Amino acid sequence: MANAKELRKQIGSIKNTQKITSAMEMVAASKMRKAQERMARGRPYSEQIRSVISHVANASPEYHHEFMVEREVNRIGYIVVTTDKGLCGGLNINLLKATVMDIKKWVDQDIEVDLCLIGHKGVQFFRSYGGNVVAASSHVSETPAISDLIGSIKVMLDAFEEGNVDKIFLANNVFVNTMTQMPTINQLVPLDPVDEASLKHRWDYIYEPDARQLIEGLITRFLESQVYQAVVENVACEQAAKMIAMKSATDNAGDLIDELELIMNNARQAAITQELSEIAGGAAAV
Amino acid sequence: MASTVLCSIVSAEEEIFSGQVEMVVATGTIGELGILPGHTPLLSGVKPGPVRLILEGGEEEIFFASGGYIEVQPTSITILADTALRADDLDEAAALESQKKAEQELIDQKSDVDFARVSSDLQEQAAMLRTIRKFRERKG
Repeated sequence: MANAKELRKQIGSIKNTQKITSAMEMVAASKMRKAQERMARGRPYSEQIRSVISHVANASPEYHHEFMVEREVNRIGYIVVTTDKGLCGGLNINLLKATVMDIKKWVDQDIEVDLCLIGHKGVQFFRSYGGNVVAASSHVSETPAISDLIGSIKVMLDAFEEGNVDKIFLANNVFVNTMTQMPTINQLVPLDPVDEASLKHRWDYIYEPDARQLIEGLITRFLESQVYQAVVENVACEQAAKMIAMKSATDNAGDLIDELELIMNNARQAAITQELSEIAGGAAAV
Repeated sequence: MASTVLCSIVSAEEEIFSGQVEMVVATGTIGELGILPGHTPLLSGVKPGPVRLILEGGEEEIFFASGGYIEVQPTSITILADTALRADDLDEAAALESQKKAEQELIDQKSDVDFARVSSDLQEQAAMLRTIRKFRERKG
């Protein structure tokens, strides 16, 4: 039979942990609301610009930007967006697993892979897993500014322009709802034309004033908005996953406390019964 | 030919408008554009200025866009604005104020004033005021 005093101490410490996890759950819940709003506001722009860009990629423009030209693949780049902090369930692991599987596919074809990491967890992971990290930025705030991100992305884009990297993918978590976050990997450059029957025939835009200037500007905007949206979405995912993880931790702590209390009460009851029977036995003997 | 076309105005911060319209009038880089349904594909820059939408049934709505891009397809028009506002939300007093401030900065010619930035500020404020006036005219 377990010692009642020991059990009481154990219950006390679990209660303290429960307090912490439930506080973290509430913090994550309130942060999630804000992060979700920010994500929802940015979504229309990034979706619209994505569709415009894919129209442009489908057109037969008079000017071909180098980001639009498919070329033979010798080396590819990944931009991986992870969180800075842990305690958010399987969020990072799921994304990294999907990324590693994707990378393996290329490595099997003897294609080398460069990595650009945003978020501390990704940096930690690839430090132990190995991989050619060309740029990393961690401790991006919860309200990221495009200027904070563009530095590390630029390394990748410059490598593409110089011909060192022939394809760039963006890997991040997509927020489906509070319970579900989906790891997704999208091709960033060269631009991916959509399969739309209505756009199949040969056509081109009228450009005002100048195709080159317009397309360059549009592509810069597109890349910025995609990466920005990926980061903002990742923040929302992080808070949602953290909230769920902390909620289940709080629940588990509650279950554990209930169980221990039951054992403790049993032990106390047994001790009382024993004492009583000893007293009764003693009285009978006298 | 269809008499309306799907138009959406999005800015980096939010979606401002999405719906069927009969005509879009925007300020392109090289002049005013009037776009009707079935327009040939067009890609253009947008200068700071008013964007006028004629809704189904002839009703009009005015927005302000501070630059960006417009993409026209026969069945859809997309305006990717840097920032966009509904004309009702524009604050005339604030716009006048910052216009004055920008002008003052230009007059003062302090050595550390970034000429390009101030003059683009000035342009934007002027465009905002233009939008407000247009909005007033139509209302009054």
